Amino acid sequence: MNVNSNSYTYLFSIIMVVIVAALLSTVATVLKPLQDANEEMAKKSDILSSIGIETEDVEGRYAQVIKDEWVVRNGEIVESDVSPIDILMEMKKRTAMANTEREVPLFRAEHEGNTYYILPMQGKGLWGPIWGFVSLEADGNTVYGATYGHKSETPGLGAEIATPIFQDQYPGKILFSDSYDGIEVRKGDASGDQQVDGISGGTITSVAVQYMFEDCLVPYKGFLMNLSQVEETPAEDVAVEEAPQVEDVENTNAQ
Amino acid sequence: MSQETKVREPLFSKKNRRLLIDPLNENNPITVQVLGICSALAITVKVEPAVVMGISVIAVMAFANIITSLLRNLIPNRIRIIVQLVVVASLVILVDQILKAYMYEVSKQLSVFVGLIITNCIIMGRIEAFSLGNKPWKSFLDGVGNGAAYAGILILVAFIRELFGSGTVYGYPLMEQLGVYELGYVNNGMMLLPPMALIVVAAIIWVQRAKTPSLIEKD
Repeated sequence: MNVNSNSYTYLFSIIMVVIVAALLSTVATVLKPLQDANEEMAKKSDILSSIGIETEDVEGRYAQVIKDEWVVRNGEIVESDVSPIDILMEMKKRTAMANTEREVPLFRAEHEGNTYYILPMQGKGLWGPIWGFVSLEADGNTVYGATYGHKSETPGLGAEIATPIFQDQYPGKILFSDSYDGIEVRKGDASGDQQVDGISGGTITSVAVQYMFEDCLVPYKGFLMNLSQVEETPAEDVAVEEAPQVEDVENTNAQ
Repeated sequence: MSQETKVREPLFSKKNRRLLIDPLNENNPITVQVLGICSALAITVKVEPAVVMGISVIAVMAFANIITSLLRNLIPNRIRIIVQLVVVASLVILVDQILKAYMYEVSKQLSVFVGLIITNCIIMGRIEAFSLGNKPWKSFLDGVGNGAAYAGILILVAFIRELFGSGTVYGYPLMEQLGVYELGYVNNGMMLLPPMALIVVAAIIWVQRAKTPSLIEKD
């Protein structure tokens, strides 16, 4: 057998490719459920950490704290064939859809007597996708906490959005006002209710976070605005409960 | 090519032991041949990912060497580099998939670097230079030896960087336990940046050359 003949070379490559393809696809199929479970766990852990819960027992705490999982489209809760968690898993694909058409997940958590709403977000950074989990207080307008992640932003520059230095500016800010929906990322002075200070050298990524807010808030707006109207009319005790917390957050920011 | 011996060689003959041990010092792929430096810079901030990366590289290299050695008489010469690439790439994908399924956190830390094992010159270099011309057992030893040498340097660098950069060893807060912070000790943040990996590797090379007479150049 001539190992270096043309026909042998072709035969060898064909057999090799078929064997490798069969092997790899089998492994990928077998391990897929485990990998998905890991990813789902990571998402749930992200959701929890946006309201300040860090835990080993993600599954248990999630079941305990998260009271509702909804699918929202254009400001209203809708029935969907896909569960909110599954939508969360494939958010990347859905960002291509117009933001008024898009179905997005929304989570309601109850933790230490307070209600929080958690909005997952997805946007485009400089080099790849960026995403975030923003938790709102019961009024559906005041930010309680925000965590961001990124796939491949530059370490030390854009990647700083995933650090507390950037994220800790968000608590206490508001999302909706008469003139603007979102939180603006500015250079320098960012004392306004809807402003945070961007990262030096990470301007494109910082602004990408602003765009992410502007784009991702659209589907939630109607729902969240309703919350704040309901919140204003009844129950004074809720307002009293909430007030000191907001102050706390502002104080820590000032320090 | 392969030297055929009539008498069966013992599994760990002197020659075979040298295959395993040589790369650890006198023929170290990182410090002597200066291969695989990129990943040595990238994932040596903490010991844990360095250990996982080391194990992954040993596994990929051992299997890649065995497979190419078994196929060495069947591989058409003209496409041998492609065949080598396919073998290494498939193994790397396997490692990546397994890490994603069973060690999710670590796989997130290693991120793209698992995929980049493919481009690690040490692996392709050993296949091309050794396993294509030697029997499977010898190739296996050679793969494990070189992989272990790579892993050893990686872990050593990671140990130094984690200890002085974050004050921990494999996540254990050693410096805090020793109470040196109260004496005014501060972690060196520089250690966490890639350039320090290069400097640490250089320091290791310096020490190794000074200690190993055979590596000292005449002039």
